[in-house]
Amino acid sequence: MFYRESGDFKTKYVDDNQTFPIKLDRLGYYAIIAIAFLVVPFVINDYWANAVMVPFLILSIAAIGLNILIGYCGQVSLGTGGFMAVGAYACYKLMTSFPEMSIFFCVLISGGITALVGVLFGLPSLRIKGFYLAVATLAAQFFLVWLFNKVPWFYNYSASGQINAPERAVFDFLVTGPNATAASKYLFCLVFVFILAWIARNLTRGRVGRSWMAIRDMDIAAEIIGVNPLKTKLSAFAVSSFFIGIAGALFFSVYLGAVEVGEAFGITQSFLVLFMVIIGGLGSIFGSFAGAAFLVLMPVFLKNVMVGGLGWPTDIAAHLEFVIVGGLIVFFLIVEPHGLAQLWRLAKEKLRLWPFPH
Amino acid sequence: MAAQNATTEPSSKAPIMEMKNITLRFGGVTAIENISFDIREGEVRAIIGPNGAGKSSMLNVINGFYHPQEGEIWFRGAQRQSSRPHEIAKQGVARTFQNIALFKGMSTLDNIMSGRLNKMNSNMLAQAVWWGPARNEEIRHREAVEKVIDFLEIQHIRKTPVGRLPYGLQKRVELGRALAAEPKMLLLDEPMAGMNVEEKEDMSRFILDVNNEFGTTIVLIEHDMSVVMDISDRVVVLDYGKKIGDGNPDEVRSDQAVIDAYLGVSHDD
Ligand SMILES: Nc1ncnc2c1ncn2[C@@H]1O[C@H](COP(=O)(O)OP(=O)(O)OP(=O)(O)O)[C@@H](O)[C@H]1O
Ligand SMILES: [Mg+2]
Repeated sequence: MFYRESGDFKTKYVDDNQTFPIKLDRLGYYAIIAIAFLVVPFVINDYWANAVMVPFLILSIAAIGLNILIGYCGQVSLGTGGFMAVGAYACYKLMTSFPEMSIFFCVLISGGITALVGVLFGLPSLRIKGFYLAVATLAAQFFLVWLFNKVPWFYNYSASGQINAPERAVFDFLVTGPNATAASKYLFCLVFVFILAWIARNLTRGRVGRSWMAIRDMDIAAEIIGVNPLKTKLSAFAVSSFFIGIAGALFFSVYLGAVEVGEAFGITQSFLVLFMVIIGGLGSIFGSFAGAAFLVLMPVFLKNVMVGGLGWPTDIAAHLEFVIVGGLIVFFLIVEPHGLAQLWRLAKEKLRLWPFPH
Repeated sequence: MAAQNATTEPSSKAPIMEMKNITLRFGGVTAIENISFDIREGEVRAIIGPNGAGKSSMLNVINGFYHPQEGEIWFRGAQRQSSRPHEIAKQGVARTFQNIALFKGMSTLDNIMSGRLNKMNSNMLAQAVWWGPARNEEIRHREAVEKVIDFLEIQHIRKTPVGRLPYGLQKRVELGRALAAEPKMLLLDEPMAGMNVEEKEDMSRFILDVNNEFGTTIVLIEHDMSVVMDISDRVVVLDYGKKIGDGNPDEVRSDQAVIDAYLGVSHDD
């Protein structure tokens, strides 16, 4: 079987709208889903869950969210960390105020609350663009972190100023707290990733996605074909923040368990997710995954090589890690500004013609 | 190309739009000065004039992108209050731009599909789960868009990102995006600028076909006088923001003021 569309004729517009128009892609996708749900949970251990899979899954959600805003709608944001913090604190308040509520709904509602906050901070985008908008979202970032530090109500007046996730279970499997198992944490996040990626794909392929991209590519022309800039930009902020809020809620409750806002959701977090989106590829859901995988795996890999393999001291390795990741980002921006997703597309385009290149 | 005179008699139709004493200023510059004219239902109305005469500004006034300081605009029997361009688009006014304004990151198909955005209304939730209404809406509009693609003979570039297309085809895709909205009134700002003779003939044919088949009213800015004389029913002539001529092509061609101000002037394109 060759990798191509020919011989696989589309006779209906429905078929032409498929997410994976090429059969092999489709099969590969099903295989990955099957492995992710049916195989990984049985083999995953604490190290892989905590160091790789759980942060990868959660940050993928954040990256998809940011990609919707920047990659699809063209609105720059440096406030990702702050919006993740909104999700985290919303989740904490919900978990502690309504102990009976399922953790699943806590996370979901946290996303909803973050969406509202996102819309609020998205309002300036109606007036300002590009660099100035980035600065405005940066202000949101600092304001939100400051707010969660300053107002004790948000951390239930705890002496440490930290928030700690109480234990919660889904179908009797603990997913939060120190006793949660690797497999249940992983699966809980995977379910969110699966649903949210599917929603992102649906939103970006129809009316809503085209309005976003129209605003991104040329806002004047978009308005003249009937796109309402107000509604469109705010909907991008809402959806994007919904995703990022869920990522923040999971990051706090499932991954970290205890959070000090400045540390977990500071400006570094904003930049990390931004780099994921840029390295992965703007305007690509696959790219969001690729970027998240790259930036989660790369430090783990480097650490294993430098500390485990070469026996260097950890602190030197940690510094070098920064240098190497930074260097790679610069390298990427120069060599392939459209990111990993574009490299993947180019490889596939070659493959589609193979073995007859002309 | 004279066919439209036989099939429709635009001169007998009522105006679809009336511009009354429009004045538009940018700071000290008066781009349009006290201009009145009407556009009749189903006609091809050309706007001509030298560079900087105020033609594009006039289109921008028509579709609500600029708001004139003085004057009234009557559209389909009602005086238009100052509205945003996206609201005017919903009332059935579509346009193309002098400098191509396509969505560079999208394919031909998506660009033309986006022309139907103001006809689509499935809600966010249905979109998110790609449930019945969202899916059906997409397919229904895809069918309409495929008709536009066939009409403009651009089937072969359906999936090509528009940035990769040559200039002439980009202009055609932009026309497609405007047509996809099924407008009552279509504003074309120099649709043939920079085209070779063959491409111009294709474009003229498309414009006349749209006018004849769908009865779309067309407002056309064009520098190529032979094209203007060929395809338009009536011509407005602007110069330095003032109207200096108005009538059918023959009248305008023989008008001394027009000859002095415009036809004698050479143009770089
Ligand atoms: N946004 C704007 N701000 C300031 N001045 C403007 C603006 N738009 C147009 N003008 C001025 O208005 C006048 C008319 O411009 P317009 O673009 O309408 O001319 P035109 O007839 O379309 O010319 P061309 O044939 O070169 O396209 C020019 O003097 C131009 O500089
Ligand atoms: Mg012009």
